[in-house]
Amino acid sequence: MKIRGKAVIYGDDIDTDVIIPGRYLVLQDPAELAKHAMEGVDPDYPRKARGGAIIVAGRNFGCGSSREEAPVALKHANTRCVIAESFARIFYRNAINVGLPILEASIRDRVSEGDELEVDVVNGIIENKTKGIAIKAKPLPPLALEIINAGGLTRHIRKKLGLE
Amino acid sequence: MNIVEKILARASGEKRVEPGQIVDARVDKAMMHDLTGPRVIDSFREIGVERVWDPDRIVIIFDHDVPPSTIKAAELQRKVRSFAREQGIRSFYDIGRGGVCHVVMLERGHVKPGELVVGADSHTVTYGALGAFATGVGATDMAAVLATGSIWLRVPESIRFEVSGRLPKLVFAKDLILHVIGMIGASGATYKAMVFAGEAVQSLGIDGRATMCNMSIEAGAKAGIVEPDEKTIQYVKERTTEPFDPIKSDENAEFSETYEIDASKLEPLVALPPRVDNVKPASELGGIEINQGFIGTCTNGRLDDLRAAAEILKGRKVKEGVRLIIIPGSQEVYRRALEEGLLKVFVEAGAIVGAPGCGPCIGISRGVLADGETCISSANRNFVGRMGSPKAKIYLASPATVAASAIAGRITDPREVVG
Repeated sequence: MKIRGKAVIYGDDIDTDVIIPGRYLVLQDPAELAKHAMEGVDPDYPRKARGGAIIVAGRNFGCGSSREEAPVALKHANTRCVIAESFARIFYRNAINVGLPILEASIRDRVSEGDELEVDVVNGIIENKTKGIAIKAKPLPPLALEIINAGGLTRHIRKKLGLE
Repeated sequence: MNIVEKILARASGEKRVEPGQIVDARVDKAMMHDLTGPRVIDSFREIGVERVWDPDRIVIIFDHDVPPSTIKAAELQRKVRSFAREQGIRSFYDIGRGGVCHVVMLERGHVKPGELVVGADSHTVTYGALGAFATGVGATDMAAVLATGSIWLRVPESIRFEVSGRLPKLVFAKDLILHVIGMIGASGATYKAMVFAGEAVQSLGIDGRATMCNMSIEAGAKAGIVEPDEKTIQYVKERTTEPFDPIKSDENAEFSETYEIDASKLEPLVALPPRVDNVKPASELGGIEINQGFIGTCTNGRLDDLRAAAEILKGRKVKEGVRLIIIPGSQEVYRRALEEGLLKVFVEAGAIVGAPGCGPCIGISRGVLADGETCISSANRNFVGRMGSPKAKIYLASPATVAASAIAGRITDPREVVG
């Protein structure tokens, strides 16, 4: 599974309140949530991500609340993947569960805003096409890959329960 | 094994577990609320099983937008209400019956020592106050729990905080946990558990322990936990007749790190926006004027918190131009605050007392902030836009420090107000 997108760069500790502010949680509809993705830190993000974006961030991405709307909003705003130095644990699980690919890697010093990235999620390889370099990320644990390959947690559970 | 490993070993039917190991654990109790519930229900329908695994192990509590402030919120609450009825979930706390979920879960006997509890809310970690392993999950994870009764968990490393001495007067559990988060940082415990121990922790009541465990997530922790003692057992026995088996760390238990803290050296602290780990003494921030104070939430909306605030506010007035919002954490806290005369103190001081719920902490209603405004809050998060405008500033402190600041109109060490 290879994913392409333009790099959009953020700092450390991007919390779920800036990814999708609490007042929008009643919206429910993923397309509506997507219009407000990253609004607390970068209201321009939905426009930047229109052609497909890969977020490159620092430590502790997705810290704060358990709101699954955070990865849902990012995914539906055409975020193809999030690459961060580390993730907050609930966001990490939520992203995998809703099918938003994520990778742990420290790459901010090798990526500029707008660089064209190609990501091999299964093997954890990130290629910066613009700069012509390849970077190895920490591979996802087998169970996470199993859930992603099933198409998210609900389908993974359906398979486990023999419903499909 | 330590308390965390022993609880996860029991829940997964293993003799022994180690940090890093992935276990499939049976859940003792699952909780969701009005804001996360609708998405949990959608995912549950998507999984496609007819009935939840055990309606008696599921608790639903309305608190995030109560009473609902919009038609959309009212509709979502109706959806969750009818799901509770359909599935025969009896522990359903509708508006007027419960309060803030993490306050209600403890005071209504839904959490017992040694249990594994998951909640569709990040502050589920609060229940570690009673010696349970409790952690927050997203909606789809919760839907899978409703369908199967189990969840995969990575056994976390555990950090032990040994807190000696006693907290000085007007220094509270909130100041202690702000000190800890300031020390290890907002991702200092990511993927790990925080175990709180020592004389200062033992001397805290359950309310104070709840404050500490509640904010363990602000250091990224998977769980915060206090080893159960006589106070824990008494508290739980007063609230449930169900049997329970307290689990404690073995004497030779291992921890990935240990920190030692002397509680007697602490002072009233404040977390500066927009980071919970940017912590400074209240006494150094006296130049910062405020527009609003807020006392309440799953962090500091319990009876001990309201008592501490009332002690400061009694016979004093909230400064002209400042609004002080006080929201008791539950119907039970509200009733007892009423009986003790605390609400009278608040109203006479010029504070507004709200109905039990999350209030402005979640930034939806009942006290959201305008551009450029400053609030000092007893809650747990000061992120950009958390309480409304992304151009507002939120400072976090104990209820006593919030009350003192509301009187002075600027951030104030409560020891300046009462000697």
